[in-house]
Order: sequence, then structure tokens, then C-alpha cells
Amino acid sequence: MRQHDNIVGTSPLRKEGRAKVLGQAQYVDDLSLPEMWHGATVRSSIARGHIRAIRFSPDVDWSEFAVVRASDIPGENTIVHLTKDHPCLAAHEVNHPEEPILLLAHREKAALLAGISGVQIEYDELPGVFTVEESEQAVANNDVDRIIWEGSEYGGTANCFKRYVLYSGAAKETEDGLAAAFEAADYIVEGEYHTGAQEQLYIEPNGVIAECEKDDKGKVTAVCVRGSMQCPYYLVHALTLVFNLPEEECRVIQTETGGAFGGKEDFPSVIGSHAALLAMKCGHPVKMVYDRAEDMAATTKRHPSRTRHRTAVSKDGRLLGCEIEIALDGGAYATLSPVVLSRATIHAPGPYKWPFVRVRAKAMATNLPPHGAFRGFGAPQSLFALERQMDRVARAVGLPPEELRRRNFLATGDRTSTGQLLSEPVDMHHLLEKALDESDYYAKMARFAEENKGSAIKRGIGIAAFMHGSGFTGSGERRLNSVVSVELLEDGRPQILVSSTEFGQGTNTILCQVAAQTLQIPYEQVVVAQPDTHQVPNSGPTVASRTAMIVGKLVERASTHLLDTLRVETGLAANHTPEQFTMAALEYLKVHGSLRCSVRYEPVRPVEWNDELFHGDAYPAYAWAVYVAEVAVDLNTYSATVTRFDALQEVGKIMHPVLAKGQIEGGVAQGIGYALYEKCVWKDGRMMNNQMTNYIMPTSADLPEIHVHFEEVPCAHGPAGAKGIGELPMDGPAPAILNAIENATGLSFDTIPLLPEDIFEKVNGFTSRGHGGSDELDPDRSGEFLPEVNA
Amino acid sequence: MRSDVTGYELTAPESLQAVLARIASEPGRHALLAGGTELMVALNTGRLGSRSLVSIQHLRELRFIRVTADAVHIGATTTFTDIRRHEAVARELPLLVQAASWTGSIANQNRGTLGGNVCNASPAADTPPALLAYDASATLLSVRGERTVPYSEFHLGYKKTAMELDEILYYVTVPRRYESWRQYIRKVGTRNAQAISKTALASVALIRGNEIEDIRIGAASLADRPLRCVGAENALRGRSLKAEALENSVRVGRAALAQEAKPIDDIRSTAMFRSAVAANLLEEFLRQLSS
Amino acid sequence: MRATVQFTVNGEERRLDVPPMKRLLDVIREDLHLTGTKEGCGEGECGACAVLMDRELVNSCLIPALQANGANLCTIEGVSTGDRLHPIQQCFLEKGGAQCGICTPGMILATHHLLDKHPMPTLEEIQEGLAGNLCRCTGYMRIFEAVQKAAEAQHAI
Repeated sequence: MRQHDNIVGTSPLRKEGRAKVLGQAQYVDDLSLPEMWHGATVRSSIARGHIRAIRFSPDVDWSEFAVVRASDIPGENTIVHLTKDHPCLAAHEVNHPEEPILLLAHREKAALLAGISGVQIEYDELPGVFTVEESEQAVANNDVDRIIWEGSEYGGTANCFKRYVLYSGAAKETEDGLAAAFEAADYIVEGEYHTGAQEQLYIEPNGVIAECEKDDKGKVTAVCVRGSMQCPYYLVHALTLVFNLPEEECRVIQTETGGAFGGKEDFPSVIGSHAALLAMKCGHPVKMVYDRAEDMAATTKRHPSRTRHRTAVSKDGRLLGCEIEIALDGGAYATLSPVVLSRATIHAPGPYKWPFVRVRAKAMATNLPPHGAFRGFGAPQSLFALERQMDRVARAVGLPPEELRRRNFLATGDRTSTGQLLSEPVDMHHLLEKALDESDYYAKMARFAEENKGSAIKRGIGIAAFMHGSGFTGSGERRLNSVVSVELLEDGRPQILVSSTEFGQGTNTILCQVAAQTLQIPYEQVVVAQPDTHQVPNSGPTVASRTAMIVGKLVERASTHLLDTLRVETGLAANHTPEQFTMAALEYLKVHGSLRCSVRYEPVRPVEWNDELFHGDAYPAYAWAVYVAEVAVDLNTYSATVTRFDALQEVGKIMHPVLAKGQIEGGVAQGIGYALYEKCVWKDGRMMNNQMTNYIMPTSADLPEIHVHFEEVPCAHGPAGAKGIGELPMDGPAPAILNAIENATGLSFDTIPLLPEDIFEKVNGFTSRGHGGSDELDPDRSGEFLPEVNA
Repeated sequence: MRSDVTGYELTAPESLQAVLARIASEPGRHALLAGGTELMVALNTGRLGSRSLVSIQHLRELRFIRVTADAVHIGATTTFTDIRRHEAVARELPLLVQAASWTGSIANQNRGTLGGNVCNASPAADTPPALLAYDASATLLSVRGERTVPYSEFHLGYKKTAMELDEILYYVTVPRRYESWRQYIRKVGTRNAQAISKTALASVALIRGNEIEDIRIGAASLADRPLRCVGAENALRGRSLKAEALENSVRVGRAALAQEAKPIDDIRSTAMFRSAVAANLLEEFLRQLSS
Repeated sequence: MRATVQFTVNGEERRLDVPPMKRLLDVIREDLHLTGTKEGCGEGECGACAVLMDRELVNSCLIPALQANGANLCTIEGVSTGDRLHPIQQCFLEKGGAQCGICTPGMILATHHLLDKHPMPTLEEIQEGLAGNLCRCTGYMRIFEAVQKAAEAQHAI
């Protein structure tokens, strides 16, 4: 029995945890470089228009400032993701409020305030488009004044970044099948569902420190950016274009990151490029850290969505076919919208067997700051719609919600709507039964029905069944072509080299567990390097719930390679002790100088995926879940509270029980916020409640006990059988909660966030706007923060 | 952080007299800074209009809770935590203690003061409804001496009070007469903790033989200022709470409240919601009184 | 305008010459170079800037330097003793109470304050005590367990 067989699956202390509890962890704003200046951004105050003039106030001593404009950019004026439609700085036109126009740097941070207010920009305003509906209408009416986006080299059409169509089979066959299904159906159930934007609200705002080297002719030769981020190599790529430099001269280092959730996936390409440009201009390192108000107003949010379902179902509750239409609001530039749309499309049919499926999806352009990645990445939007629709279908057929699910779940050996064979075990029935049992579902439902009769507080219980694909879609992992290295340090300890970042979810810890177990040494003996692109290879971005499964597997392989090398070269014994490992490592280093083992991604099984047809193996693996929400709705105050939450999921091997629980609990908390609290209040494309006082995130007093239960079915793709879990918990809470609210009150709500004002409107029988619902919040009156004259 | 702190003056005069003299000599120029939970937020967001501030947070003369035979006197710089921890206040003024307990977080309660809450005069402020229901009075102080105004006459408009430019709030007085009164306070915010009020209702009622002999009602966020709901009080005074009369009393109370409430739509809530919820809270209290 | 302020920080007496309206948060981070105290919102909503001032929990982004004159301050750096973790810190570590760690210093000080006033707090008291410290990562469950464990550990001492 090997000593260290069971490191994966235990809960060692977080690798960087000690520094965190001591307050010693160094986040970017804790760092200073010698001669460092500070940077700030001058932003558009309108949603759309031409920049007519930029004036600099004579009251400011501009000689103390460095000023960067679009024309100063040495390379391309673009923030690249999939396309180049997104300018790094607005040159002649702006397309969203808060769009960056100029950058300022000064030795003193406080002086930047006068600098920003000293820049006056005049615009010729153009009409803006602020919702998906307005964007669609502009196209339908051929309203050229409101075509705000024309298309790019990546594709897209007027006002539309991307479109997809997913057919469960061949197109014609599926269309014929759908027509027949709707003809034969006993019931046709329709529904329309809306989800709002959501702010990631990491407690540490975006921030970077940039440095720039120039030759004696003033040409930029290298840049280095350190800061809060998820994907160092994304920023490297962005910098290569902005500065026209090769990758090796664009160095990026991730600093301790205080939360990310997708909000620091693509956005650092913007702030990182900006700070580097200022460093270029002023000849000093430049720190740029956003304050909360700027971060909320100017950076990415979750894509708002509208999903329309049309379901054909038989009278015994068998799903016969579905037509789903998805529209996402992408904001002003494409950024990641095509990928978010793709995940939304693939997850739209959910964990069910559909004989015929058609999903049509599009991402529309609006004059809002571009939307971006947020945990779940399109799936929370689709699955909200689907799981509300399933309750609606159940009601139409006259079945209890859980029974409708039972009769339609995918199972082992079935094919998903993209035709992917579920070869690894799937048992949604078991998960459902267990969820109903753990939550005391039937007893509670009966008890609530009784107790509600005499009470102003209506209680209810609701479920959501769903799955989440881990890893990049289809051949995405092959394209990422991730590399992981494990090397020996001078003292014989192994060090993991990955660009995968820690931002609370446990990257450092789980990767060290995998390496330790593979190398059969204690967890404490393994080190993971700070992600510095001059030191670590590109193991891909830290997104898409891929780190445990894909990168973990690579760490396992690289560690195996290293161990095999030591065995062969030093005769290290089969059941070595940790001391023997160290001795062998030192011996090897003495002879050879260094040992670094690198491995490149290889799929465990061939992955067949057709991007055009949305057909094949969409993801290497899925996690499966059933969530149960218990709510109390107070009809005196119209407020809905989640009183208990049960989260059951099958996620492959649990690598670290405490971390895994923490991931689910945190995700459920964000899901509760998404459902009931976190409303973005917009005015002409600008987020008006961009303060923590007015953007409502649940506190410790608002959240229920969250009960987490894991089932483990090992997955071939992950190390020790692990799958991804980071995003899964975001998908279930919102529909489960609204299903519970319907159970409690008999009222059906199809829009989130669902605020008490909306419940009030419906309780009083109003279904149209104008009756006190949350669409009437006045963004111009925030009350508390009007200028003070005298207290 | 949206202000340049070097552009602001802050002094902490050694005595209350020194403070009064300062603000008398330059009326309207200085903002008084107690706990800072309002003004420092304004500083942080770049909206602190006053460039000169005078700290009164350290003045012992303003931070006290004094219980006499007829009343409880609470000094202006008494913090919410002071109020929560004071045994006599908990006994005599439970509505005020409740209001203090849901004003911001523990950290903000340790700094926020009754005087700051009252003088900042937001219609959403947490303590005014209780003070209105308790028929409090406010004693103001200047170099010219002291004067006392009924708290119901303290709030004159949106963030506008009865205070002259050279006056400070010295203390608030609540009469000790509510022992046999029924009491109610409820706040409806954007979440359970650390929330600004969407609306709140505080009320005390003297019940004799199934009848409302007297009633006082204070409300937040139903007008441009904390509202003493005189209309609802007048409508409910003398009304019966007997089973057969209750529905009518409730209806009359709700209607009167709807008449005098003039809430607005703002970024946090809507006028119709506020009116409806305030009426529901009043109804909740009336039903409690009846049972 | 500048003012001289004098206070004790983590047991050490300090005397500084600063603008009187400078936020205590900035004095701590910039003048004292104690970067464990964080800025999350600048509005007194998130609690990441929380410190103990005369044994009371306060949000340092809302305190002007002048008002800290004469105070006894404790920041996260003052919670541990040398290399030895305070039981609260140890419990946060063991129970997974810190994920990204940015809320952790404020959360630990809030816990310290809570246990000072309520040595064996109920779950409700814990929720109230920590309601001013926002955590976006954990959903609070691991934090509550850490606090409960710390209460037991301190009780046992």
C-alpha cells in the first residue's frame, strides 16, 4: 500500500492559504515598483456618436501628465479576442458609455482626478440601441441609423455578431420530424424567458502594473504587465498586436487575484494594454487599478438573454420535440459573444432525450459596454429557460414537475442533442431521487400546501435538473494545445509550471495534489510557480471548468514522465520514500543540471466535433446535477427568500472535498443573487447602480444553509477521474428558485432577477408594465449621493 | 476614491463651545463630521461639497444617554452601538434599538451616530420613523443658546431641516410614556442586512378596551422626508379593533396612509411598491393589535 | 493642510504627518505599508477594509486620519503572533474559509470582534456579526464553520 495514494480526494491546506489568512498575499494594489506612476482612463459619456473635439483645460498643468491617444498605439488599435472589431482606444467614434478614449498618467494618483475632469470631449451623438429588441427592430426595419455594428472578418451580419443553428439530426430530417411532432403532440407548450445582466463583483477590482522598455530610438522593445487576471497568455496575445512585438517580448505575470468568475478572462487585455501604453508614454512603470464604481460601469457583465421555447409533448409526458430561439445581448463589440452563444446553444436542450431539436441562436449588438465571461458562460441563461419550461410543460400535461423529468432523462448509452454518445455512466434518476430525499421534498410540499392556507408567508419547493460540459467545446482543447511542465528545483522539490491561475477556486492546491500523488511524495513537498509567461508554458486559459480535468491530467502525465525519468536514470525504487525521491532528484541534478518534463494535450478519446453543424462530441465530459430550492414568499413585503438549498451533483472524482464544497456553495450563492437580488439598472446603455450600495449582492444574512452532496463517477479524461465543477453550480439555482416560487404562490415568473417589486406587480394582477414593477426603477434618482451642501 | 484629500480641511476643536463659535462665525461653510458613515462615502464618491469639515466625534458632551424620570436623552454623537448596548434604552425605546440594529453593518453601527442619521435627513434614514412614532423632540444648540423643537417639526423638506446654519443638534429626547403602549417597527430593504430602506414603518398605539385610544406612526421613504403619518393617525384614533370592526379600521387606515404618502420611483424601488408595502405593514400592526 | 496624528498600531506607537481627511485605509496601506487591509468598494459596504479601533470593528475607508488620533488600532498583521497563527486564522485555513483571500483579512477581524463580544455565538449571531463583510467566493458556509470552530478553540484555551 503506497503512502501517498490518497492525496487526491483529501483536503490538505490551501497552498497559498497561510499567506491569505495572514494578510500577506500580494494582490496587485499591494505592489509598488520604483518610480511608478499611476494611470487613469478618460471615458465616453455618451452611448454612440462621433468624437468631434477633445479639449484640454488650461487649468491643468499638462506637462506633468502623460497622455495616450489612439494615434499613439504602435501596433494595431485593437483588443483581440476572436475578432478585431474592439478598439483599444476610441479614435473617431464611440459605441458605448464608458468607452475608453484617452489614457492619462501622473506621478501622483490624486492628480489624475483633476486630469480626468480637465478633459472635455465634444460629440456628435448618434441614436443608440439598448436592448436586443431594439437591435432586432433596426435590422427588420432596415433602419440604417440604428445599424450599430456591420460585421467583421470573423463573420456576423448587421447588428448580429453570430448565429448558430443546432439540429439534432440532419437539417431537413429534423425539420420534418419537428413538423410531425408538433402535429401529433397532445400539447404544445410555449414560453418566453428573460435573464438580466449580472456583475461578477469580485471583491478585488481590476488592476495591473505595466512596464515598458524602449531602444534608444524610442521604439518599444518589450513590455511586462503584472496584475489580477485569469489568462496570462490572452494578455500576451493582446499585447503582441497593440505593440507589434513578438510573444517573447510581451511578458505577463499573474499576481494574487481576489476573485474573477470570468470577469478577468478577457477584460485584462483592455486594462493591461492601457497601462502598458501609458508606461510607454511616460517612461515609468504605471499602475492602473479601477475603483469599484469604474469597474462596475466599464467592465464586462453576463450576457442578458431572451429564450423562446416551443415544446411538443404527449399526454403521458414524453417530450416529442422542441424549437428553441435564443438571443443574447452582446454589448457593443463581439469579444467572446460567439463562444458564450455556442455554450448557450449546446446546453439549451438540457439533460433530456429529445427526438427532435432545433435551436436557433444569435448574439446581437447593442450600445452597452461589451458583455463577457461570467461563470457558466451562456449555460445559466439557457438552463434557466429550459428548467422553467419543463415545469410549464409538466403543468400542461398534468404531471408533477419531478415526474416529467423522470420520464425524459438522458441515460448511459443515449445520445445528446448534438449526437454525442454518453459512454460514461449517467444516472439522473438516482440524482433526482436522492435530491428529493435529502430535501424532504414530498413531505415539505404537503406541509407547505397546508400551512400556506392561513399565512401571509407562502412557502414552496422547486427543482432544476441540468448538466454542464467541462472543457472547451469540441476540438477547442486540441486547438488550445495546452502544455504543462514539471521541473526539479535546486533542492530537489518538484515545481509545477502552468499558466493556469489561482483566484480562489483552488488551482494551486489541486494541481499540487495530483503531482504529489503521482510522484508519491507529500503534498507539502510540491511547489507551483507563479504564472509568469517567461517561465511557464501555455496550459490554456483558466476558464470553462477545464483546469481540474484537462490541466490536472497534464500535470499527472508530466509528473509520471518525471518519475519515470528518475527511475530510469537513478534507479529510484518502486515504492520510494519521500527522502529517496529527494535524493534521486538531487543525484539527477548533479549529473544533468536540470530536469524539466513537458507534455502536450492529447485527447483521451478522439473528439469528433463539427463546428458548422453543431454536431458530435460537444465536451469531453459532463457534470450532472439536480438542485432543490426551498423558498418563503412574504406577501406583505413581496420578498422571496431562499430558506434552504440542496445541491446534488455527479462530478467525477472529488479531488478536494473542502474545496469542492466551497465551489458549489459559492456558485449557489451567486445563483441566488442572479435569481433574486442582482439587478443592473441601465439608462441609455450606462449602468446606473454602479455602487455596492445599489447593486445588491446577498450578505451572510440573506443566504440559506446550502447542503452539498456529491456522487462520483470517475471520468477517463481527468486525473484520478476528475471532471470540472467550477461553473456547474451557477446553472441550477435560478430556475429551481423560480419553480419554488411558483409552487409557493401559484404565480409564474419568467424573468430574472425577480425583485419584490415584480412579485408585487403580479400579485396585484398586473401583467403589463407600469404598475410598480422593477422596470420602473428610476436610474436618475439614487437619493443618497446627491451633492452635500451642509449636513 | 474620487476626491483629492489634500483639498479638504478637517479640524477637531477641543470643546463644544469652540465648535459653536466656529460655525457661528462662518455659517454654512463647515460641515460637521461625526461618525463619517455618510460624509466619508460622499468623499469617496467625489461628492463631498463642503471643503471644510469640523469633527465633533470626540466631544464627550455630545455622546451620552441620560435617563431621567420622564425621558431618555440621547446625545447627538451617540453611536448606534451605544444605543443597542444601553440597557435602559432597550427597555424604554425598543423601536429605536431595533432601528439601530438594522442601520448598516456592525462596523458602521460602531461609528454611525443618531445625530448624523437625523441631520443628514435622508427620507430613507432608519431612526426617524421610530423617533417620530415616539414623539421625540430635538434640542438644538448654538452660541445663542438652546432651543427645543418637536421632532415632528424637524424635517422640512428633502434633506432640509429646521436647523439654522449656526446650530448643531445637541440631543434627542424621547418621553418615557410608552410602557403600556403596543409597539411595532419593520423595515423593508433590498436585502436582510446592510440595506437602504425601500420603506419602513414604526408605530406605537395605546389600546383601551379593544379600541385605539391613541396612535403615532412614522415612516421612511414615503415622502421627501421622514413622514409622520398624521392622516393615518387621525383616521385610526378611536377606531375599534373588535373582530367585526377590524376590516373597516384596516381599510380606513390604509386609505388614509395612501392619501398622505407621496413616495417616488428611484433606483431602489417604485412608488407603487412603497405605498403598497407601507399599507401592508400598517395592516400587519393593526391585526397584531387585534389578536 | 496637514495634521499630526498619533496612534498605536498592532502594539507599536506611530506618529504621522498626513492630510487630516486622508482615509485611515490609505494611511495604513501607504504610510504604514501594511497592505493586509484591502479596498473593495470605498463605500463602507464590503468590509474588506475593516480594522479594530479601540477594540471595535470599523471600516477604515470611512475614517479620516484625524479621527484616529489617540486610537489603538489592530490590523490583520496584528492578529498573528510572530509566525504563530491566531486560532481564528488556523480555523479559516482548515475549514476552507478563504478562497481568493481578498475578503479574508476583514473577515478575520470581524470574527475577532464577534468572538470578543460573543464568545460562543449562535449561527444567527455569526450571520449578523459578519453581515458587513461581503464574500463573493464562498457562499459563507465554510466561513461560518471556521468561526464556530474558532469559538470552540478559544473556549478550550
